[in-house]
Amino acid sequence: MTGVGVGASLLDSRSVFGRQISVEESLNPVDVKLKKKMADIALNTAKSKGATYADVRIGRYLNQVISTREAQVQNIGNSESYGIGIRVIANGSWGFAATNDLSDESISKAAENAVAIAKGNSKLMIEPVKLASQKGFGEVSWKTPIEKNAFEVPIKEKVDLLLLVNSEAMKLGAKYVNSSIFMVNEQKYFASTEGSYIEQDIHRIWPNFTVTKIDAAGGKFETRNALSAPMGMGFEYLTPKEDEKIKGGPVTMYKKRYDILEDIKEATVHVDEKLKANPVAPGKWDLILDPSHLFLTIHESVGHTTELDRVLGYEANYAGTSFLTLDKWESKKFNFGSKLVNVIADKTEPGSLGAVGYDDEGVKCGSWDLIKDGILVNYQTIRDQAHIIGLSESQGCCYADSWDSIQFQRMPNVSLAPGKENLAAADMIKNVEKGIYMFGRNSYSIDQQRYNFQFSGQLAYEIKDGKIAGMVKDASYQSNTQEFWNSCTALCGPADYRLGGTFSDGKGQPGQVSAVSHGSATTRFNGVSVINTGKKL
Amino acid sequence: MAILSKEEAQTILKKVLSYSKADACEISLSGSDGGNIRYARNAVSTAGQISVMNLAVSSTFGKKTGSASINEFDDASLQKVVKRAEELAMLAPENPEFMPLLGPQTFPDSLTFNAKTAAITPDTRAEMVGKSLSISKAANLDAAGFLENSTRFNAVMNSKNLFAYNKSTDVSFSVTIRNKEGTGSGYVEQSFNDLDKMDTLALSKIAASKATGSASAKAIEPGKYTVILEPLAASDMLSNMFRGFDARSADEGRSFMSKKGGGTRLGEQLFSENVNIYSDPMNAEVPSATWNGDGIAIKKTQWVENGKVKNLSYSRYWADKKGVQPLPFNRSIVFEGGTQSLEELIKSTEKGILVTRFWYIRSVDPQTLLLTGLTRDGTFYIENGEIKFPVKNFRFNESPVIMLNNVEALGKPVRTGSGMIPPMKIRDFTFTSLSDAV
Repeated sequence: MTGVGVGASLLDSRSVFGRQISVEESLNPVDVKLKKKMADIALNTAKSKGATYADVRIGRYLNQVISTREAQVQNIGNSESYGIGIRVIANGSWGFAATNDLSDESISKAAENAVAIAKGNSKLMIEPVKLASQKGFGEVSWKTPIEKNAFEVPIKEKVDLLLLVNSEAMKLGAKYVNSSIFMVNEQKYFASTEGSYIEQDIHRIWPNFTVTKIDAAGGKFETRNALSAPMGMGFEYLTPKEDEKIKGGPVTMYKKRYDILEDIKEATVHVDEKLKANPVAPGKWDLILDPSHLFLTIHESVGHTTELDRVLGYEANYAGTSFLTLDKWESKKFNFGSKLVNVIADKTEPGSLGAVGYDDEGVKCGSWDLIKDGILVNYQTIRDQAHIIGLSESQGCCYADSWDSIQFQRMPNVSLAPGKENLAAADMIKNVEKGIYMFGRNSYSIDQQRYNFQFSGQLAYEIKDGKIAGMVKDASYQSNTQEFWNSCTALCGPADYRLGGTFSDGKGQPGQVSAVSHGSATTRFNGVSVINTGKKL
Repeated sequence: MAILSKEEAQTILKKVLSYSKADACEISLSGSDGGNIRYARNAVSTAGQISVMNLAVSSTFGKKTGSASINEFDDASLQKVVKRAEELAMLAPENPEFMPLLGPQTFPDSLTFNAKTAAITPDTRAEMVGKSLSISKAANLDAAGFLENSTRFNAVMNSKNLFAYNKSTDVSFSVTIRNKEGTGSGYVEQSFNDLDKMDTLALSKIAASKATGSASAKAIEPGKYTVILEPLAASDMLSNMFRGFDARSADEGRSFMSKKGGGTRLGEQLFSENVNIYSDPMNAEVPSATWNGDGIAIKKTQWVENGKVKNLSYSRYWADKKGVQPLPFNRSIVFEGGTQSLEELIKSTEKGILVTRFWYIRSVDPQTLLLTGLTRDGTFYIENGEIKFPVKNFRFNESPVIMLNNVEALGKPVRTGSGMIPPMKIRDFTFTSLSDAV
């Protein structure tokens, strides 16, 4: 969950971490032979101390963030976090220890600690860990297929781009503008007693801005955020391409290339329209949801709902449980959504945040159906819970946000399949008599079992008799997950399919974050309850 | 190693400062030592112990600042981190908001450290969790919880001879207890500096009783209700509001504290007259450090007096621009209340809803501070001074500013998170829909 505050549940709860390093330093990966040697010390020590299974993650996590406001740079951060995490099973229980001291003695000591903790925990054990089988892959590697490593682009080039973005907004009368680029490179090495030695090099990028205008006399202000998406890509995401744009609607939308200079200009004009927009009339409306908005509704109402650890109660004290209890899945006829609704879990889609070769317990990644023709058919799980839903292999959903965090079940990309026919959004709205067309993420909230939710967007337009009739403000929709997905009546086609996502989906205690994408095409939901959230103080 | 004494910290900081060639240099050194146990389905799921120490250097030439940090403490590493900060400073653009460093300051010693809490071992944690599990197992309920403790130190030094040091301890506990059918759920959370105040057995009994008492909740119509917010629920609403006590965003016109036509709402009657809020680092129930990261003393400050906004917080830069003294916000707030207990507040209520806590609160409109979220883990209908039956959870859309204009009564404040918060009786609280979630 994003944000701040109490129950800071679930998106965007993380700032820059680790130690600050020079840019040059971040470009030198650690030698794979050295990593294998360190991993073997850990695995051998764990086994000699009585572990029946052990895995090792040697991680070098690089973050770079550049943030600006108006004509000034606020922050340039370049940080690294490097260390080793060792997880073992001994006496049937899990144990974990981590250290950033990578001397042979320190690694051995950490492995020994992990075994001691496992043996200690086994005294409180109810049943021993049952691990789904997994073959060793030997020495293999995987890389995010990037065209331009964002860490190799000079800082000055990034600063200049952001300051140009800000000046475009100021030229168009913005009062304030903040812009930033957030870049991540996870250099991860995994080894296990099952014979895997997996090296991965994972890249992510997220450009963003917020433009603000003030109506001082009226005591009002409005903002609009970027309609970019965080992506599993390199700096090429910021090189615009005309054939990666969708034009013709009220807002230009972007696929796998983002034009930040074009978006800031549109955004600044949108803020004026927001200040003048009419308040929405509360009631039932047909909703046309753009992928830049719908991704978050998918994340909260489908993504978290189908996490098996939540269903079982492992997250009860924080993020909560799920209404998709095992009996609903066992029945093979639980109507999650209308027949048009097909939701796919995936760890392979190019450009997505969830795409990796192998998960953080050495399982090769793939994709599978969660909702098929509206029916709940599967969950998301990892090696020690796979047996509960009768699987002999894990689905590869294990992730830890750092070498010193314990890996656990995290959401893969969870995406809504587009419609089979190539319907465009401009054609979809022609059939709408009374609707609201929503773009971008804004406020979002959902209960701890994922029934009742409320969402709003960056931009909302009224559709009247098949045509866009202007912008409206203060529109939020409230619904119930099952009711909402059963009200899905139309989907645009594959050409309209786009990814949205978040860098910081929060879960677990102590809290961890993960990055995940959600794809969809523009989608229609009929008769959803919309409230007007405008108030006066 | 992770917890250094004042003298040990001073020695390292002086050494690092001696390597600096910049016009101005600020160094901060911090460390923490702690552990945790997580449990679910009545069994331990994970446990860990973590010890970390970090040093950060910020070097400035003119108005150009660079920062670097490190977690290694040999001389070569310490020299390297200073050099790196200086290199980054040379590359950085000028910061027009740079403020010259402060000279030496005097800060009183804080009350944040407790030796008994600092001495917690893995066995102490296991024993505390064992007590919680004994309650859930005996009542045939399911517990999921988290216990964490830490000892921390923070120290800063700069090239103008400012030095400050603080050491603190914290132990926090939360547990969700649910019935086997999944129709009832209860929750408690508590944190203290002092281990002796933490009673995981008594807290787990409350969560268990809420789990049993909230089973088979009835649906009642959403709408405007008089609510009694337990301190945890009240605190959930307020923490979002305190971020707005920032003078800069108010002056810039982008906060609920901004005044129509320009300026801020400082001095305005923004809340009911019975609302009084202050912070005091030396309050023994909610102590805090006596200085902030900028090296400014944190002093007792009245934020709201008889419902009027008495102070807004100013960073050093914004204070300088506005010609006032800098004033840091302190989250260890005390919301003054009365003497009534929660039970007495219930007794005085003809019709109302008792709320244990809120969940998934998000801002809907920053202009009015409208928030949405849901009730969770024990929501009850009150009639004629008694709890009649559990009700299904509600979604609310309400602003804490509006809520604090509708205060009927305030009970006795108790420690909640890092503040002292009273239970509150609020009229016309807006619930907009029902949730089936338990």
